[in-house]
Amino acid sequence: MLDFPIWKRLSFWAITLVLALLAFPSIAMLSGSDVPEAFEGYEVNLGLDLAGGSHILLEGETEAVQRERLETMEESVRDALGDAEPPIRIGDVSTANGRLSFMLANPADVDRARELLTPLMNGQGLVREWDLSVLDGNRMVLTPTEEGLETAVDDAMEATVDVIRRRIDELGTREPTILRQGDDRIVVQVPGLEDPEQLKNLLGETAQLEFKLVDANALPSDVAQGIANPGSEIVPYSEDSDFAGQFEAVRRLGGIRGDSLTGAQQSFDAQTNEPVVTIQFDQEGGQRFAVLSTENVGRRFAIILDGAVISAPNFNEPILSGSAQISGGFTTETANNLAIQLRSGALQVPLTIIEERTVGPDLGRDSIVAGAIAMGIGSLLVIGLMIASYGRFGVYATIALGLNVLMVLGIMAFMNTTLTLPGIAGFVLTVGAAVDANVLINERIREERRRGRRVVAAVENGYKEASRAIYDANVTNFIAGVLLFLFGSGPVRGFAVVLIIGLFTSVFTAVTLTRMWVAGWLRGKRPSDINI
Amino acid sequence: MKLLKLVPENTNIQFLKWRVPFYVVSLLLIAASWGLVMTKGLNYGVDFAGGQEITGTFQEEAEAPIGELRDTVGTLGLGDPVIQRFGEANQVSIRVRLPESAEGDPAAANRISGQIIDTVTAEHPDFRVDSNNTVSGKVSGEFRETALYALLFAMLAIAAYIWIRFEWQFGVGALFALFHDVSLTLGMFALFQLEFSLQIIAAILAIIGYSLNDTIVVYDRIRENLKKYRKMQLPELLDLSVNETLARTVMTSLTLLIALLPLLFFGPASLFGMVAAIVLGVFVGTYSSVYMAAPILVWLGVTSDSFVPEETVAEQQEKKARGEI
Repeated sequence: MLDFPIWKRLSFWAITLVLALLAFPSIAMLSGSDVPEAFEGYEVNLGLDLAGGSHILLEGETEAVQRERLETMEESVRDALGDAEPPIRIGDVSTANGRLSFMLANPADVDRARELLTPLMNGQGLVREWDLSVLDGNRMVLTPTEEGLETAVDDAMEATVDVIRRRIDELGTREPTILRQGDDRIVVQVPGLEDPEQLKNLLGETAQLEFKLVDANALPSDVAQGIANPGSEIVPYSEDSDFAGQFEAVRRLGGIRGDSLTGAQQSFDAQTNEPVVTIQFDQEGGQRFAVLSTENVGRRFAIILDGAVISAPNFNEPILSGSAQISGGFTTETANNLAIQLRSGALQVPLTIIEERTVGPDLGRDSIVAGAIAMGIGSLLVIGLMIASYGRFGVYATIALGLNVLMVLGIMAFMNTTLTLPGIAGFVLTVGAAVDANVLINERIREERRRGRRVVAAVENGYKEASRAIYDANVTNFIAGVLLFLFGSGPVRGFAVVLIIGLFTSVFTAVTLTRMWVAGWLRGKRPSDINI
Repeated sequence: MKLLKLVPENTNIQFLKWRVPFYVVSLLLIAASWGLVMTKGLNYGVDFAGGQEITGTFQEEAEAPIGELRDTVGTLGLGDPVIQRFGEANQVSIRVRLPESAEGDPAAANRISGQIIDTVTAEHPDFRVDSNNTVSGKVSGEFRETALYALLFAMLAIAAYIWIRFEWQFGVGALFALFHDVSLTLGMFALFQLEFSLQIIAAILAIIGYSLNDTIVVYDRIRENLKKYRKMQLPELLDLSVNETLARTVMTSLTLLIALLPLLFFGPASLFGMVAAIVLGVFVGTYSSVYMAAPILVWLGVTSDSFVPEETVAEQQEKKARGEI
């Protein structure tokens, strides 16, 4: 029990010192001094509640992906059947209940239609994306398969993460963390941000830009009442535009979407000096825009952003340059934001911010200082009590305690975990609780001495009998810690991490190391009595 | 050097003699705690209630103008704002519920925080925003659910472990002691209407862990004494075990307290609730280990045979095999 061969002693010391030394870059960082260059990157991560920054949890509206797929499919079906020779005419098109269904004008076309549509049912890869069925001989129903839908949602969320990354990069912040969480959520963490509001504005908007022809046949009285002609839809004006509160009737299909942009900048209109956004289409988009504008010279078209009309100007002449200017009640800031959003691309899935936590940079620094002072005072009190109660054995416990704190921090830095504000409480709690093992052992040694055992036997028994309870107590604490980690969110997890690492290190320092030191002392001095 | 002994040697307090009155009082306290939780309710923070919480510092004022803030923020039509001091005298937290129309509308929550900050800084340009939290109703509902599961799983998992390591009576005893600790902590939070947040759940889980340390130490000693003194009456044996471990119980609770108290008084304001809960838990947990976890074993019928028979049966078989019987 008290026998420690030299190799054991050396390896225990080696483990202790290496882990404890790993803490020093972190200590340098926490105390606000410069970390020596050689050790940079070896510090523990600081949680946003200590470093300052924004944590934003976004949820994707995945139904939008489904809607969008139906719309795209409707256009593909119309194109495929309309281009057939002779064209297959359809009617009573419906996208209700998540399915696309339509009637064939001539039931005899069923086989031809089926042949034309079958290639559309499979996406890239081997996944079957749609099921095609025929009801009553002339109604065709296209139902998205579950696998297809799941893949589509997954792809859309991945693409959305990319778009978010591009948007945040535009802000020029350092080291944003962008992670998917579950099926439809995204966590964004950005340290030390000047203007959290701008970040939220950038993330919250889908920035889906559309150009649609205005339905010239719509009666203003119908539009005001929300009644649209077949093939048209009613779209409200954006709240920021000059026509807020009014509506516009636009053709549902045949427009152009702003996915195919190569650039977008905020600039000023040459005549009015009003802030505008200038966009450049890619080649395909530019051509389509050229065709649309050539065929519709003199007609009005609506520029629609996220389902709201920004403005509805005339095509005065064919636009062949592949670039266009969007105006509509912008300020310099909103125009700049829109330019960033258009450059980064539209979100494939509309996002909602469902949780936001922002901490200013000063608060975090104050918390670290206050936490460190409190921990210092607490540690001194614990050390005083331990030495007053157990003398030499208390000194051993104290040294073990100091090494324990360093080792926890060292392991946290090594494992790249995050220190949070509750984590500071975890450290203080570890200081108070780690000496429990020493208290148990020392009290037991006292008892054994009282019962008249000789020194070595008393110490041996003390360690042996106390170990059972120490073991059980640590297992139950470990259970509580793991549940805390599993169920907790960000900052609370930081607390769990400190507690769990502290359990392992404290058993090592408070039991193993002190036993080694006590054994060394007993062997060297061979005292006949001990003061405990 | 004369060493400090907090509990004199040969202390012999008859804890078990008073087990019935103590149990009656404790059961009443548990009932009262749940009564308070039911009637007064817990003062949920944004984590569990959803809403918006802004904390900030008036950098050039000695004291935050809380009364005035109540009026100015109150006129924004955001319902009843909760405005209280947060940490130093010149620091405040402003909490509002999100209106129902704001659910699912990220811009609304954004606008509200902007509105509040603008209103306050208009009158007090020295106002510095320290933190800004928004939690939607959906997320707060999930937090409530996971918090409940975490507490239940932790209590059950730990009780199961004690059952495996000791006997079923000990598992039930530990579970009851934990239930006592959690109930009284919740009761205190309901009584004083302290803000109940995710951090408090973390604190309660920590309490569960540390309260159990005490229980385990006492149980371990009871198990040891049950094997050692097979003829001793159970109440007497429990008293002996509690007294033998009393020095350690007192000492450990004390080290925890003196480590935590500076954090409570000098630590960051945002940790106050959490540390207060743990400090409270140290008291409640120590009490429950001595007065709840041990006496219940008498009623659950632990006997000195609880640990011995399996060994003796095995030993008997062994002896038989060796032909000694």
